[in-house]
Amino acid sequence: MTQTLTQAEPLVIDGIALGSRLIMGTGGAPSLDGLGAALVASGTELTTVAMRRYSAPGPGSTGGTNLFDLLLENNIRVLPNTAGCFTAREAVMTAELGREALETDWVKLEVIADEHTLLPDALELVEATEALVERGFKVFAYTNDDPVLALRLEQLGAAAVMPLGAPIGTGLGILNPHNIELIVSRASVPVILDAGIGTASDAALAMELGCDAVLLASAVTRAQDPVAMAQAFRHAVIGGRLAAQAGRIPRRTHALASSAMEGRPDL
Amino acid sequence: MSTIQLNGAPRPLAAGTTLADLVTDVTGRELLPTGKPADGGRLGVAVARNSGIVPRSQWAVTALQRHDDIEIVTAVQGG
Repeated sequence: MTQTLTQAEPLVIDGIALGSRLIMGTGGAPSLDGLGAALVASGTELTTVAMRRYSAPGPGSTGGTNLFDLLLENNIRVLPNTAGCFTAREAVMTAELGREALETDWVKLEVIADEHTLLPDALELVEATEALVERGFKVFAYTNDDPVLALRLEQLGAAAVMPLGAPIGTGLGILNPHNIELIVSRASVPVILDAGIGTASDAALAMELGCDAVLLASAVTRAQDPVAMAQAFRHAVIGGRLAAQAGRIPRRTHALASSAMEGRPDL
Repeated sequence: MSTIQLNGAPRPLAAGTTLADLVTDVTGRELLPTGKPADGGRLGVAVARNSGIVPRSQWAVTALQRHDDIEIVTAVQGG
């Protein structure tokens, strides 16, 4: 039953079925070899990359064509992002570069307001989503945990909305579970919890709240043992989804005995 | 001597150089006229010239001009 449940329901985005509901980022890994091992251990089938100036690949290189080759070799779909963009104009240009370089019209749209919070700039995000949808992109919109904004992005044509749990890289977990639940309850596109994840239970909670997938990077790449942490997340996402579908017991104020009081021996 | 800007740094420009020549020089990969690598793999780079994207199919027929501002980008760790 459980096997059927996890295997029968791939995450489908833009007609593409993904067997794993764990989407990985690649930022923060000290070496490409270590990153490759962690990605394989995570079981991910979709992984984000940033678009930056080309520099010749060499020993210890963390970029160049090495990273793209690593993903291709492991049959992991690539999701170019627009990290580092502050305006819709920059984000659209970066998305176009990603589409041309990596031959995919999927893009993780990130338009941040400032470097201290790395929080999305809602106005630029809306403008960029509109422009990218118009240009034929499948937009994965990284957004604030704002149910109103998330719905707006969906209405503009986003293929998936990706509310943050907490600011990027903080590892603070899901700061507003209620908002995430609200977003999930009203969305008809996949909801992917993105950013702020610190440890496996955060990812499990995201899935229990009804999210369709979880995206994380630092929690694995900056863990003391990235491969072990990647395995932990792989299981946490599966466990959280199963729990969400299994129907949890209601919360109660008072205890409810699980052993019958009748038939106790007279001691 | 003529120069272009490549990824923010000046670079000498020989007459008749095309974008395809430049990409081959930078990446070390021979290109077919379509802009795809001759080795059958995937190149994974994109080129912007003076803030406009040049599709790979146009690289071989795009002659570089002096003062062109070229950006060659690829996938790196992030996100």
